[in-house]
Amino acid sequence: MARGDSISSLVDRLELNFNALGVDPYGISKRHLVRGFSIFGWLYRNYFRVRAVGAAHIPPRGRAMLVGNHSGGYAIDGAMVLASALLELDPPRLAQGMAEKFINQLPLGSSWSYRTGQFTGTPETAERLLEDDRLLMIFPEGARGTAKLFKERYSLVDFGTGFLRLAIKTKTPIIPFGFVGGADAVPTIYNSKTLGKLLGVPYVPFTPYGLAAPLPTRCEVHYGAPMRFEGTGNEDDLVVRVWVDQVKARIGELMAEARKARGGAL
Amino acid sequence: MKVLVVGISGALARMVALLLRGAGHEVVGLDRRPWWDHPKDIEVHEFDIRKRAAEDVFRTARPDCVVHMATVNALSAIGEERARINMGGTRAVFDHSVAYGVKHVVFVGRHTYYGATDDSPLYHTENEPPQGMGAFPELVDLVAADLYAANMLWREPAITTTVLRVVYTLGPTKTGTLSSFLKGTRVPLVLGFDPLFHFMEEEDAARGIVAAVEKRPRGIFNVAGPSPVPLSIIIRETGRTAVPLPETIIRALLGKFGLPALPKGAVQHIKFPIVVDARAFHQATGFEHQVSEVEVLKRYRRVLGGR
Repeated sequence: MARGDSISSLVDRLELNFNALGVDPYGISKRHLVRGFSIFGWLYRNYFRVRAVGAAHIPPRGRAMLVGNHSGGYAIDGAMVLASALLELDPPRLAQGMAEKFINQLPLGSSWSYRTGQFTGTPETAERLLEDDRLLMIFPEGARGTAKLFKERYSLVDFGTGFLRLAIKTKTPIIPFGFVGGADAVPTIYNSKTLGKLLGVPYVPFTPYGLAAPLPTRCEVHYGAPMRFEGTGNEDDLVVRVWVDQVKARIGELMAEARKARGGAL
Repeated sequence: MKVLVVGISGALARMVALLLRGAGHEVVGLDRRPWWDHPKDIEVHEFDIRKRAAEDVFRTARPDCVVHMATVNALSAIGEERARINMGGTRAVFDHSVAYGVKHVVFVGRHTYYGATDDSPLYHTENEPPQGMGAFPELVDLVAADLYAANMLWREPAITTTVLRVVYTLGPTKTGTLSSFLKGTRVPLVLGFDPLFHFMEEEDAARGIVAAVEKRPRGIFNVAGPSPVPLSIIIRETGRTAVPLPETIIRALLGKFGLPALPKGAVQHIKFPIVVDARAFHQATGFEHQVSEVEVLKRYRRVLGGR
C-alpha cells in the first residue's frame, strides 16, 4: 500500500515516459498531476474517506479498462477512482478517463483535463492509449449516469457498447467496479438543462440545500476480478449486448457489495 | 538522381536542396522569388510555377523527381491569391510531371490539414479526413491542394506520389507558422486552453523530405519528430511571455499590441491540438529525427536571443 507516500513521490513513480520538461508524449504534465492529485488525494483520504476494496485486481502494468457506475451529480466517482489508482496501487498508476466532449470546450476544463491525461473519449484515442498499455477509466452510462437523481442512486442506466467492442478488439481486460457514496455527497433532486446550456455543460444539478457542493459522506469503491471477452470487436450487436449486460450485472453486484460494506453515509 | 524543387527559395526548401546536393543528387530549382546566393551547381529558375516558362523548366531539365514546396499558408498570402497559388500551382506541378515523364512527385503539405477541433483524436493517422474547416476557412485551399495531390495516387498510377503532412518547424531561419507565432515577446494563450503543439527542428524536417525523395514511398505520410509539447511550455522554454486572454479578447486584439497577426480562424489552433502519428513514415523510410523537443526549444531560444 502506498497511501502514506507524498503525492509528488507517487507521481514520480508513475511508469510514464516523461521528458525533461516533465511532459509525456500525450501532454500529461507532472506538475499538473501533482497539483491535481494533491486535491484529489486530500478529498480521498480526509473528506470522502474512500475505502477501496479489491484494488489488487487492477494489473500493475499493461493495458486494462476500469469500467464502473456513476454515482452523484458530477464525477466525484471518477476523481476518486483516479485517486485510488494512484494511492492504492504499487507501483501507482494513472487511470485515464474518457471524458465527455463538453469538458474540452470549457476554459480550464480543457487544459486541466488534458494535462492530467483525461482526454475526450474518441474511439481512436482510447484505442491508441490501450495499444500503449495505459489504464483507461470508462463510465458506460455517460452523462446520463451522473444525471441520476438521489432516488435513483443505486440504479444503472443503459450502457453503450463501444467500450466492450474496444476491449475485445484490443484484447484488454475489463476491471469492473462499483462505486457508492457519490450520490450521498451530491443528492441531486433536480437537473437544470437550461442553466447547463448557458454554462456549456449538459445540466446543472440542484440538491435540497441548493447548489451541489459535495457533502463529506463516506465513499466506497469495490473492484472486481478482470473480465475477458474473446472475439474481433465486430460481432453482431445482439452478441455484444449480452456481454455488456454481463459487465453491467457484475457492476451492479459490486455496487451492492460496496453499499453493504459501507453501511451509513456518514 | 535529378530533382526539381518547386518553391526552392523558401527557407525549408533551400535546406532540402542543399541536403540533396550534399547527397550527390543534381538539383534544379523553380521559384518566382530569388535565391540570391544559391550554390553555382544548383540551377535556379525565377518563374512562377503557374506560368508557361515553368513548363519549359520541366521540358528541358527532365527531372526524375519533383518536390513541390510552393504552397503558402494564410500568413503568407491572402484570399483568392492564396487559393490560386495553392491549387493552381499544385495542378501545374502534376500536369507538367505527367507530361514530361517525372517518375516521383513529393507534395510537401502540412499537418494542419487535420484541423483543430474539440473532439478530434489526439494522434491523427493518415486515413482521417480533415476537420474544423468551417471555423478556419483560410485553411481550405491547403486542404484541397493536399487532397488533389493525394488523388494522383489513383489518377496517375505511373507516377509515384508521396504526400507529406509535416508538423510545424522551428529553427535558425525563423520561418514557418509556429516561428511567426513566437516572434513577439508576448505570445497569446486562450485563457483556460493549452494545446499540444507538434513541431520538429527544421533541419530534421528537411532530412525527412530528403528521405521521402530517396526512399520513394507511395502514399500519404505524416512527418513528425519528437513528442509534442504544450504551448505554454513552448512559450516559457523559448523565453517568451505567455499572455492568457479570454478568447473574445484575443480575437479582437490579434495583430495589435504586439500580438501576432493571425486569421481569426487560427484561434482554434491555439485552443485545440493537432498531433500526428508518424509511424507509417518511419516504417516506409526509416526516418528518425535527430533533435529532441527539449533541444529544439533550447536552440530556438538562442535563435530568438531569449532571456
